[in-house]
Amino acid sequence: MKALVAVKRVVDYNVKVRVKTDGSDVDIGNVKMSMNPFDEIAVEEAVRLKEAGKITEIVVVSLGVKQCEETLRTALAMGADRAVHVETDEKLEPLAVAKLLKAIADSEKPDLLLLGKQAIDDDANQTAQMLAALMNAPQGTFASKVVIGEGEVLLTREIDGGLETLALTLPAVISTDLRLNEPRYVKLPNIMQAKKKPLEKKTAAELGVDITPRLRQIKVAEPKTRTAGVKVESVAELVSKLKNEAKVI
Amino acid sequence: MTILIIAEHDNNKLNPATLHAVTAAEKLGEVHVLVAGSHAQSVAEEAKHINGVAKILLADAEHYANGLAEEIAPLVVSIAKDYSHIAATATAFGKNLMPRIAASLDCPQVSDLTEVVDAHTFVRPIYAGNAFATVQSDDNQLVLTIRATAFDAAAATGGNAVVESIAAAPVQNLSRFVSRELTQSDRPELTQAKIIVSGGRALGSAEEFNRILMPLADKLNAAIGASRAAVDAGYAPNDYQVGQTGKVVAPELYFAIGISGAIQHLAGMQDSKVIVAINKDPDAPIFNVADYGLVADLFTAVPELTAALG
Repeated sequence: MKALVAVKRVVDYNVKVRVKTDGSDVDIGNVKMSMNPFDEIAVEEAVRLKEAGKITEIVVVSLGVKQCEETLRTALAMGADRAVHVETDEKLEPLAVAKLLKAIADSEKPDLLLLGKQAIDDDANQTAQMLAALMNAPQGTFASKVVIGEGEVLLTREIDGGLETLALTLPAVISTDLRLNEPRYVKLPNIMQAKKKPLEKKTAAELGVDITPRLRQIKVAEPKTRTAGVKVESVAELVSKLKNEAKVI
Repeated sequence: MTILIIAEHDNNKLNPATLHAVTAAEKLGEVHVLVAGSHAQSVAEEAKHINGVAKILLADAEHYANGLAEEIAPLVVSIAKDYSHIAATATAFGKNLMPRIAASLDCPQVSDLTEVVDAHTFVRPIYAGNAFATVQSDDNQLVLTIRATAFDAAAATGGNAVVESIAAAPVQNLSRFVSRELTQSDRPELTQAKIIVSGGRALGSAEEFNRILMPLADKLNAAIGASRAAVDAGYAPNDYQVGQTGKVVAPELYFAIGISGAIQHLAGMQDSKVIVAINKDPDAPIFNVADYGLVADLFTAVPELTAALG
């Protein structure tokens, strides 16, 4: 069984981004970039399924600028077998990404497609669902447990009131939630090894996908800042403020 | 322009989150609501009284019983041509379903929007709420998910919409519902609560989390929330998580107890009307957003607070 895992290069989750003074975008020049945390979980899950003998090959895919190669090397160091990089400087929207991944899936024919539930930059939470739609495959979003059975996958997902379990026919698209697993740290020998693993380059044109953005970002603004509060000295003072000043209790 | 809202429900009752989407959709034009379910007449009956809704479409079939995206998306696609916008609330249900519809229609989706500027222009948070992007589209059809806390709930009464039954789409059989395990709670639902008492890693254990926070929440009739750290440590169930990747809340009063205030947590609660922080670290970032901050050991301060509210 083959797995395809999609990974995105994003601003590191610890970085607090600032909006550019001209309001055109956020300023991500010279900030630390990393693999999207949910995608790390997706790679980790694929590697664990391989270690458990459920999966034979892991193909990892990233779409975007040249530096996405580093993200792919990280995934290879975690245990993926080979990588595909669709290089473009265009800002890709989830729909375009889903179409590109569909084109790659058409040639790779994976049984399992693993993605993060959302990227922490655009916070869209769309790509996995869109890919499943384009493939007419079932979707298992926000997965916290994945069990591979005969011709289907049992998937536990995080929903608003708790958890639910679904059985999905294969091939299936899965998006990972935080509690699916704890991704491993890559060790130096694995990083060295990863450099020798195959990394194939493709373009959107080769895949026959139109990646023209459908949404224009016309402005980016800072969030409304909250007015600075006060520190109270005691519980009594807090209660009095909540009752008499804020009038919320 | 006519807007279709996909109702969220359990075949019995409408999820009040849907009412917030109606308010956002009303700014765009005439609002229709789709109720896809199994024996869900009571939901349609409830939805027809929502103020501002013109028509209810009821698709009643066994394969809509569990809200599976694989089954509902083809149904929505079959009626989509009549609608300029197809929307749902940005809950786990809406987030799961709507992108599948968008891709099937080859139209873009605006996720988790917080403001409707006009029919083609919307504002939405990016980077964990550290920036708000205004996005615009030339497409004549758009899929939207709506952040409930950014819009008031439409009145559940006063409307008198017509209910029209529509044919179900064929069964897809791509996925099968197995089981559901809901967290039992008598408390108000987190995203609807007026007051939320939220705890973080500093609580130290599940026992302490409950022992310290429950009495305060009971006294205030509050919902209980948690930071990701507290959830990951097993102090609270997953669905209590407030933040970028958990629930987004905006209650009247939010207590952040033993929560440092990482940006991912702030993304889920910084629109609360009044924020109270109790933390022993005076430099914790939570104090930058708190209206009232108390630097104290939560293990003494919270019981004292609970007693003082007596």
